[in-house]
Amino acid sequence: MAAMFRADDLSVQFGGIRAVDSVSFEVRAGEVFSIIGPNGAGKTTIFNLISRIYQPTSGKLMLDGRDITSVPAYQVAGLGIARTFQNIELFQNASVLQNLLIGCHCHVKAGILSQICFLPSAKRDELVHRERAEDVIAFLGLQRYRHTLIGSLPYGVRKVVELGRALCTEPKLLLLDEPSSGLNVEETEGMGYWIEDIKQDLGITVIMVEHDMSLVSAVSDRVLALNYGRVMALGTPREVQTHPDVVRAYIGGEA
Amino acid sequence: MRYLFKTSYSQDLTIWRHNGDLFWYGLLAAVMFVLPFVLGTFYIGELGAVFIFAIAGVGLMLLTGYTGLVNLGHAAFLGIGAYTEAVLLTAGWPFIVTLPMSGILAAIAGIAIGIPTLRMSGLYLAIATLAFGQIVATVLEKWDSVTHGFDGMPVPIPSIFGVQIQGATGVYYAALVVLVFSLWVACNILRTPLGRALVAIRDSEISAQSMGINLALYKTISFAVAAFLTGLAGALFAHYVNFLAPDSFDILLSIQFLTIVFVGGIGSLHGVIFGALFVRLLPQAIAIARDYLPSKLAHLPGLEPSVFGLILVLVILFEPAGIYGRWLKTKEYFQAFPMHRRSAFRRQRTYTRSERV
Amino acid sequence: MADAARLLQLIINGAASGCIYGIIALGFVLIYKATELVNFAQGDIMMLGGFTAFSLITWFGLNYWVGAILAVLITAGFGFLLDVIVIRRVMGQPQFAVVMLTLGLGFIFRAAAGIIWGYDSVGYVTPFTNKTVKIGGLILGADSLSVLGGTVLLCIVLYLFFSHTRLGIAMQAASQNQLAAYYMGIPVRTVFSLIWAIAAGVSAVAAILLTPISMIDVNMGFLGIKAFAAAVLGGFGSIPGALVGGVIIGIAEQLAGFYLPAGFQDVTSNVVLLGTLILLPQGLFAEKMVKRV
Repeated sequence: MAAMFRADDLSVQFGGIRAVDSVSFEVRAGEVFSIIGPNGAGKTTIFNLISRIYQPTSGKLMLDGRDITSVPAYQVAGLGIARTFQNIELFQNASVLQNLLIGCHCHVKAGILSQICFLPSAKRDELVHRERAEDVIAFLGLQRYRHTLIGSLPYGVRKVVELGRALCTEPKLLLLDEPSSGLNVEETEGMGYWIEDIKQDLGITVIMVEHDMSLVSAVSDRVLALNYGRVMALGTPREVQTHPDVVRAYIGGEA
Repeated sequence: MRYLFKTSYSQDLTIWRHNGDLFWYGLLAAVMFVLPFVLGTFYIGELGAVFIFAIAGVGLMLLTGYTGLVNLGHAAFLGIGAYTEAVLLTAGWPFIVTLPMSGILAAIAGIAIGIPTLRMSGLYLAIATLAFGQIVATVLEKWDSVTHGFDGMPVPIPSIFGVQIQGATGVYYAALVVLVFSLWVACNILRTPLGRALVAIRDSEISAQSMGINLALYKTISFAVAAFLTGLAGALFAHYVNFLAPDSFDILLSIQFLTIVFVGGIGSLHGVIFGALFVRLLPQAIAIARDYLPSKLAHLPGLEPSVFGLILVLVILFEPAGIYGRWLKTKEYFQAFPMHRRSAFRRQRTYTRSERV
Repeated sequence: MADAARLLQLIINGAASGCIYGIIALGFVLIYKATELVNFAQGDIMMLGGFTAFSLITWFGLNYWVGAILAVLITAGFGFLLDVIVIRRVMGQPQFAVVMLTLGLGFIFRAAAGIIWGYDSVGYVTPFTNKTVKIGGLILGADSLSVLGGTVLLCIVLYLFFSHTRLGIAMQAASQNQLAAYYMGIPVRTVFSLIWAIAAGVSAVAAILLTPISMIDVNMGFLGIKAFAAAVLGGFGSIPGALVGGVIIGIAEQLAGFYLPAGFQDVTSNVVLLGTLILLPQGLFAEKMVKRV
């Protein structure tokens, strides 16, 4: 299988701390790739590097063979990378539908002036995006929350809306940052089924940062274990979970 | 309560929600059109000023209410629009060109302050706009070769297709047309991706970037559109006052604009109209009330600004959603009667959610 | 030689007026660091403090030092009550609402001052008025020096308070994380009211230091706008930054007033402010904060 996304020798340094230290990995098209590791290992930092919110101090990021290391943050969505955030970053004062519609932003074709004058091209865009957002609503079962403001929604639903908003960008690569944090057992299982559906029905490649090992084992094809910003192990879930370094990092070994 | 039965997505995109709305707005438009034949010149003049302030208010609402960029120097755009109109008309340009030019020059000023402030957040942006406003006011005052500085600048009477636009009635109709235009532009912005992008920038910049929104571009567009509309208001303002003085465009005027946005109800276009009515009619109301007050109170020099401040404080303490917010709550009360819930609009008051890291 | 002396004179005058800006800015920064609220009425509170000192010294005939200290305490009390009665009620509202609230309060304060003390400028005799001090061949105004000295004294007092007293440390905690401070048993709302009291007292000090140099009148609160510029220049979370910013603006103004044509003095502070913000968007001393997502 061809590598769809590749990180080569990726490093980022904040002051004196190397948050990510020479990390290299490859993600194949259509797979679910998980990144695990103790808190502070640099997992979310890698996501922020891929979304181009942070600048790497060295290393390269390649998407479908194209170097995206210095692409500005707002162009990432247009390239096909979408993400969810660890501490839900939804737009609080807007409804679920409006949040999803913002997700469609990178596919807007009408120019600014035609939007200001609401020319037919702008209207057409709006209707197309509305249909797309409705498809995502149907996929995730959010119909009854369509016009509710985010502020009034329970936490579990907000996580799903965040996922929906990412799906509206029609990504090739979806970055999920701790999708199960804050969810109970049933909600986590539900999240697992959605990730499977995303992989199989929508054919989207997923990179997932997770702490919940049952979820990781259930949906992942391959796992990367990080510690102190460095790669500890890379392989199938079973291989990584039994790797001696990983065991030592999580459970501790003899002194 | 009315339930809307929707059969197509286009229905969600219209400016009026249903035919009832269309009827009432149409009636309002007809009344507005007919008013000058009914009311005296003084009232028409005042309404014209209300419209002018409302146009500037729409601009500021887009910038501050929707994009979240607090602008303490908004009067600068009004001033630039006003002086551009006066200078170009004096030079002999036709009104049909000077009006949009006032808007365009103000928009350029908006971009000039928007671009350097792109990286600034909240508070710093507010101060930067404050400084900008004061710099523009100083330029208007010092550049006497063009603006006549403190001598003041007379404003020629414009004409369009041979018809002169003069007096209170002329300003009234011109302002009404431009106001309707501004509201249409604002409504369009709000129902398209452009408006959503602006709101996204206000609520979460990082998230907006991940969704593909180019922060720099949209912030600049917000400044440009807000400044353009306010520049148009400035041109009309020049005709309202007929004689321009540079010290009219100071921070106190900027505060009045912010009051329009706030007291009217932040985040709503109806609010802008209510706010403009409040800000313009308050001095008149006080002047009328003066006749009824004991003479010692009535002759206090600080009466007007103190009443202004007092009402502002009371509104913030007791009705932060503004006049439009109170209107919505009253409507909801009557619509849900007798099952109105007091917690329908409650907000938490225990602690302030930190906007820092 | 005369030029050097004049330059020094300008710099010292600028530093003095800059210290006044800086002290008012200090009040802003104290309130902002604690409560994330911006008090646009800080300049007007200073004005009220100045008038209070005037009343105590001229109407009640108190001694200068007694009157000054009493004025500071009264103004601090006023700040405390202001928070308890008015500002507390807007907890939970967005920042913009509080900006508008304090702007409105500013209007009310100015009107009240006009009613109580009238609209004329007033002043009173201080131990520093019209006196000069000779230092190494230069003759400097005692009033400017008193401002500089008073500012240094104030800073030392505040520094000791915040770093070495329990109340000061509690204030730091409450300013960094309100919810956590509540859980730790810190009476957050009382602490905030005390911070408002300190900020109000500090601005009264500014008014008192300013009196030898300029008269007190209802509109002197508009100095608050320059002070604001000082606070932003210094980086709004930084107390030493506020003072440094104030001094920079004060000196820039004096130099501009002398070397540039008339009328450009006022615009100088704005240009300096805008220029710095464009080059250093977070001010001179700000801690760089990036939102962690």
